[in-house]
Amino acid sequence: MPATEPILESKNVTIRFGGLTAVSNFDLTVNPRELVGLIGPNGAGKTTIFNMLTGVYKPTEGDIRVGAVSTRDFKPYQITALGLARTFQNIRLFKELTVLENVKAGGHIHYKYSGTSAVLHTNRFHTAEEQAEEDALRLLDLFDLRSRAQYTARNLPYGDQRRLEIARALAARPRLLLLDEPAAGLNTGETAALMTKIREIRDRFGVAILLIEHNMELVMGICERIIVLNYGKTIAQGTPDQIQTNPVVVEAYLGEPVEAAQL
Amino acid sequence: MEDFLQNLLNGIAAGSIYALIALGYTMVYGVLKLINFAHGDIFMIGSFVGFYAGRYMARHATGEAASLGSAALVLLLAMLVCGIVGYLNERIAYRPLRNAPRIASLITAIGVSFLLEYGGQMVFGPDPKFFPTLVEKKIIHLGTITTTNYQFIVLAVAIVFMGLLQYIIYGTKFGRALRAVSFNFETASLMGIPTDRIISMTFVLGSMLAAVAGILYGLSYPKIDPLMGIMPGLKAFVAAVLGGIGNVPGAVVGGLLIGIIESFVGGSQFSSYRDGIAFVILIVILLFRPSGLFGRYEPEKV
Repeated sequence: MPATEPILESKNVTIRFGGLTAVSNFDLTVNPRELVGLIGPNGAGKTTIFNMLTGVYKPTEGDIRVGAVSTRDFKPYQITALGLARTFQNIRLFKELTVLENVKAGGHIHYKYSGTSAVLHTNRFHTAEEQAEEDALRLLDLFDLRSRAQYTARNLPYGDQRRLEIARALAARPRLLLLDEPAAGLNTGETAALMTKIREIRDRFGVAILLIEHNMELVMGICERIIVLNYGKTIAQGTPDQIQTNPVVVEAYLGEPVEAAQL
Repeated sequence: MEDFLQNLLNGIAAGSIYALIALGYTMVYGVLKLINFAHGDIFMIGSFVGFYAGRYMARHATGEAASLGSAALVLLLAMLVCGIVGYLNERIAYRPLRNAPRIASLITAIGVSFLLEYGGQMVFGPDPKFFPTLVEKKIIHLGTITTTNYQFIVLAVAIVFMGLLQYIIYGTKFGRALRAVSFNFETASLMGIPTDRIISMTFVLGSMLAAVAGILYGLSYPKIDPLMGIMPGLKAFVAAVLGGIGNVPGAVVGGLLIGIIESFVGGSQFSSYRDGIAFVILIVILLFRPSGLFGRYEPEKV
């Protein structure tokens, strides 16, 4: 596949829960190595879109393609195998597993050996497990978590948990990484470090990144393209500069101008 | 004192069989939050495979070395058959209900249990059968206690398989995935873990342990029949709840405790309550510590 072909294409994606249309006619194309932001007020449908892209919800209408494959009847793990990995707004680590095991679990599909070779301790088993360990430790290094590799995930400080989620997602070797509010709960310093880290991840792994974020500094600072959602509809799309000056966006965030409301 | 030691020994032997069955309950509960009531009947099938295979072997093998070898072969065969039955059970009966309300799978489990019990009566015949002597029985006197080599075989085999399970759960990627799925099914799937395959494998593994238990049970209590799985199944379920359902070491401790308590009750003046005591324990546990001895209290997530 030529590198110019989009990684993700969503066309006319609509989802209804009973009578409520949560997302309507959502179109999005993400190209390799792109950094795209998805913003909008609370309840605009951003996380719902992530859930459709990753197979948690099935869209009522429309088509989602990862690579060139339509994911309509795919289970979440099959979509992950196509090259999509995500993090969560409310951290969802495997809290009973160690930090290292969390990352290894994220890379599950890439280390192949049979149950028999595990029980019999064959070479194949050892090579695969060693490779898993090595890859996981390298990812932990990237996020300064190596010294805490043996901690149980639930005992990590909050900021470390957020970074561990990204490490775990990267272990699946995605082509597109979905980050759901990666800066939520981080202080200014941590957010600045995260911005650098996100760019570094893109350059190092060559992944495209689609992120939901309320922190405008982060979104405007690193995204090359931004999509604004309100009430389930795309209301604007463009570069950070275009978005910041777009009156429709300003209205969605701040309400109608006072004069207009009074008149 | 010798009564005490005697009861303890009997209890540990019986308890390790319960523990093997309880492991299957607890692992399946871990990944699916389902009490697989058919599990006791898979244990029964293990015994019956042992019965037929053992009888066949007895005709074709003689000598002590041959008998140990054929006993191992019988064990492997029972594990294989039960593994397949467990796989099919999940694939046919539970997987189509994955997104149905949990009560639907629970009722299905009871249905599968009846199917295996009465299907077993049809296939094997309803009358009890005498489990073949896979290994020659030897009486052992230890000071004042009397025991047989069977109790040691039971204990040794159980320990080997529990050790193997421990290793699989904590040392392999399947185990990692199993624990991840147990912790959060949806997140595991989103992280690329093939949840369906992990669940299948969990059933296979649990059923294999039930097969081991079935063989050991047949050795120790040689009268087997198609309804034999009900009682040990229920008691092993109690053992799993006692240890904290979903908790692997808990199932082992729970199984041993149930076995030992039962043995002591059986050796006391209340011996007629022997089969009832497990359920008294169940009630007490559910009243005072529903999460079991090793379970962690997890508030329902909203």
